[in-house]
Formats: sequence, C-alpha cells, structure tokens
Amino acid sequence: MRHLTSRLMTAIVALMAFTAVLALVLILGDLIAKGASSIDWAFFTKSPVPAGETGGGVANAIVGTGLVVGMAALIGLPIGIGAGLFLAEYGSGRLGFLVRFIADVMNGTPSIVIGIFAWTWMVKPVGRFSGLAGSAALAILMIPMIARTTEEMVRLVPHSLREAALALGYPRWRTSLRIVARTALGGIVTGCLVGVARVAGETAPLLFTALGNLNFSTDVRHPMQTLSLQIYVYATGPFEEWHRLAWAAALVLMSLVLILAVVARWATRQRYGRGR
Amino acid sequence: MTTLPIEPVPAPPSPPSIETPSAEPRWTSLRGVNASDRVYKTILTGLALALPLLIVALFLQLFVSALPAIRRFGFSFLWTSTWDPVAEIYGAAPMIFGTLASSFIALLIAVPLALGVAIFITEFAPRWVRQPVAFLVELLAAIPSVVYGLWGVFVLIPFLRSYVVPPLKAVFGWTPFFQGVFYGNSLLAGGIILAIMIVPYIAAVSREVLLAVPASQREAALGMGATRWEAVWTAVLPYGRAGLIGAIILGLGRALGETMAVTLVIGNRHDISLSALQPAYTMAAAIANEFSEATTNMYLSALFEVGLILFVITVVVNAFARLLIWRVARGTAVGSKAL
Repeated sequence: MRHLTSRLMTAIVALMAFTAVLALVLILGDLIAKGASSIDWAFFTKSPVPAGETGGGVANAIVGTGLVVGMAALIGLPIGIGAGLFLAEYGSGRLGFLVRFIADVMNGTPSIVIGIFAWTWMVKPVGRFSGLAGSAALAILMIPMIARTTEEMVRLVPHSLREAALALGYPRWRTSLRIVARTALGGIVTGCLVGVARVAGETAPLLFTALGNLNFSTDVRHPMQTLSLQIYVYATGPFEEWHRLAWAAALVLMSLVLILAVVARWATRQRYGRGR
Repeated sequence: MTTLPIEPVPAPPSPPSIETPSAEPRWTSLRGVNASDRVYKTILTGLALALPLLIVALFLQLFVSALPAIRRFGFSFLWTSTWDPVAEIYGAAPMIFGTLASSFIALLIAVPLALGVAIFITEFAPRWVRQPVAFLVELLAAIPSVVYGLWGVFVLIPFLRSYVVPPLKAVFGWTPFFQGVFYGNSLLAGGIILAIMIVPYIAAVSREVLLAVPASQREAALGMGATRWEAVWTAVLPYGRAGLIGAIILGLGRALGETMAVTLVIGNRHDISLSALQPAYTMAAAIANEFSEATTNMYLSALFEVGLILFVITVVVNAFARLLIWRVARGTAVGSKAL
C-alpha cells in the first residue's frame, strides 16, 4: 500500500511536469499554426496599412523594438553591471545586503507601475510621448535583473584567480576589471542577453511612454511602435485581418525573445555546466 | 573611513627600489593604490545606489501624484466601489477584489502544478530528463505577457467556453462561484492565464529550495524504511517549507502585478462578483486601460493611487517572499539561480 502510494504520487508529480511542458508546447504550437502562414517578405518590409485594407507589415515595429530596446540596454546595462560588480566585490556589508534585497524586490515590481512612473518623469514634462521614455522605463526594469545575474556570474570566478592577481601587486580595481570581470565576461554577456530578451517582450511600460506609431519612424524623441504594442493593438481590434497580423507579429516577437534566451542559456550551460 | 574593504587588500610587494627603504614610503605607495581603488569603489557604489534611489523615487513620485485622490477620498478609496469619472467619484474596491481573486485562482492552479514540477525534477526524474524539463518550464517565463494575452483571447477562452465551463456549471453551478452566463472574458480566464504565467517562477525557486535540502535528510528517511514519496513528504518538504512558501508568495507577487495578459482576458468591468465566470477588473488592468483616457487631474490621481496601492502590496509581498527564500537557500554558493 505504501509503495503503491509512492508510485501513484510519482506518477502524479510526473504528470504535473508533463502538463507544464504541454502548456509551453501548446502555446508555441498555436503561435506557429496561426502565425506562420502570414509571414512573408512583405510582412518584414512594409508598415501597417490603414484599418480595413489587407496586407501591410510590421517593419516599423521591428525597427522600433530594436531602437527602444537598444537604447534601454545602453542606459540599463552599465548601471546594472556596475551594481552587480559592487554586490560581488563589496557586497558583504550592510549596503550590499540592502542593494541586493532591493534588487530582488524590484524584480517583482509590476511593470505597469514603472510605466506610469516613466510617464511622470519623461512624458509629462515634455508634453509628448517618445521612444526614449519607453527606453527609460525598460532600463529601470532591466537594472535589478542585470545586477543580480552579474553578481552571480562574478561570484563563480574562483577565488584563487583573484588572490593570484592581488599577490602579483595588481590593485583591487584592476583585479576586479581585468581579471575577475573578464573571466566572468561570458556569463555577464549571457545574463545581459537574458535581461534584454525579457524586456523586449514588455508591453505595459510602453503603453504610456513609447505609445505606438503606425508609421515608420526612427526618431526616438517621438512616439514609436514596438512589436509588443502592435500585438496589443491588433489583438484588441475588431478586424479579422488584424488578428491574423497579431498572430504573425507574436510569432516574430516570440522567436526573437526565444532565440535570445535560448542562445544565452545554452552559452551559459557550456561555460558553467551545472551537472545535476 | 573606507580604507578597509571586507577582504583586506594584501600589501603589494614593494618594488625593488634603489632608494633606501624606510617605514613611511611603504605606506605612501599603498596610499596611491588605495586612491584608485577608492575611485573604483566609489563609482561602483554610486551605480549600486541607483537601485535604492529608484525604489524611493518610485514610491515618492507615486505618492505625490496620488496625493489629491488620497486627500479627497481617504481610506474609503479602498472599500467603495463607485468608479465614476464624470462625477469624479472613485473607489477601487472592485479592482482590489479582482486583483486578489484572480491571483487566488492562479495560485490554486499554479501551486500544485509548480510544486509537482519542482519535486519531479529534483526527486524523481531520471537524470537525463531533469535539465530539459527544467529548461522547458523556465521557457514559459520567456513568453511575453502580451503573447499570453493573445493566446488567452483566441485559444484559451474558446476552449473554456466549449469544454470547461459547461461541465463546471453542471457540477458546481449551484455555488455562488459559478453563477451567471459565461461570455468569455472573465475572472476564470484571467486566473488560468496567470497560473500558466507564474508556474515557471514558483517551479524555479522551489526547485532551488529543494536542491538546497541536504541529501542526508533524504537518506535518513529512506534508511528508516520510508518509500521515496514518504521521504519527500516527511523529510524533504518540511525541511524546505519556509523556502517553498517563499516561492509561492513570489509567484503571488508576479500574479498581482501582471498586466497585459490579464487586461486582455479578464473583461475589465468595475463590479464585484463572486462568480468566476463573470468579468472582473484588476488594478494593473485599470491603469493600462484608463490611464490614457484620464483627462482630469482627479481621474489621473485616482489611477496613480491605484498604482501606489499595487506597488506597495507587491513590494511587501516580494520582500516577505525573499526573506523566506533567503532563510533556506541562501547558504548555497551561488544564491538564486532562477532567472
């Protein structure tokens, strides 16, 4: 009887794992089934056409995503990596504890709240929505994530390496940058990729900052379209054609995010195999 | 003041200088090293301070923006349910209720699922399955929120309408929780989408907590003749209890603040209904929907107050969760492996 219970629970637990994986397979499968047929060359090279007409693409949204996320990375990565180095190098004191704790807490802050915060600081004073404000919001989301992964990657560097450098008379800062950070560089880069992938799919912080733009635009001081915003608009719209495009855009966004995430994790695994 | 970092800097060997060495120069040369080190530390500290500054700025800004609404409505904002932009009367009770209710449904579904995943991966799965399953489940976290929403609107809701709600109504239709006509966008749909979204977070942290349970716990239980499940149930789970609760609360924090997917499927209606089949509203969804149409200052301020409440709740929930998780899994070398 007891062994039967054990068997049964093993089966149930395995079923749970199967269900979770099934959810992923179903969602990805639907994305491909409903999105793939709408993807052609024009989809990548054209901007949206007025509602009611068929055709049109998401060229503006793809370029917009690249610009908004790219600028967010420019703002967020240096701060995040610096904070991560601080946590790894000087993080054992009270300030380190506080920063680490706040980073973890901020990782769970609703992105919509960060969106309205960015609106108050970057949109309201200027009086117009802008891609730049969107980037700022995404950067705020990115910083705690990057800080924590950087810290973890730097901590994986063997202590002996640091001691060797210090013993050779390297000052601490050069040891930290040239030896430790460099050794962990692969890990830090992949951590950054994961962070960028995560914010690339964000919509909520962009609703009131980047706003969205149906025309092709590369001016970051004005409203900008991103894939995520476009999916939202298309998904909530009444037209069959829009829904078709929403699926296609979702497939593109998903592929983008997945490729980044998979590449990042695969690279990390290569370097720091966690054989379990 | 800050001359001594935590690990003392080993004194670099003094260069083989020709000048006569005295006790003093050694220190001056060290000073020089320390100066550049101090600059480095100052820069890093400055960058790290960005985080505390941000969280304080977030709170203060939300508070200041919400102040007109706080002054005008006081605490009644929390439990009145009139939301009338024309008459400028705002009460956020339906959203607070909807946020809590949808998160509750999400936890109801996600907790067994996620704990099952974590237990399977750490305790029962054959070695070669562990990494792939863990990886696939974590990929769920990589799917953008708006894609979940799209999937919810066009796949999940039709599926619920045809296959899930009719039997649910047949069996539980008499309870207040499954009353009314099901139109699609509903608390139930929001809860289910949220559940799928938070499974990877709960599973990843739980897995880490379970991995931190010493092998001796399992061995002791097995050695006393326990079956593998009994070992998990009586030795492993109780040992990691605090961390597992932390993982669940962390999932709750995610669910509370999730915006886009919920906005797309929950129905966005300012109403409190116990029925999971009825449309509802969440705080995040309200901000997403109404912020751009908020034309008056009071309307805007009310939405900021909603944001402030949401922010404070999630910060408290997350802080609590982190403390619980740290108590268990902090001893591991790397700390949090979950992304």
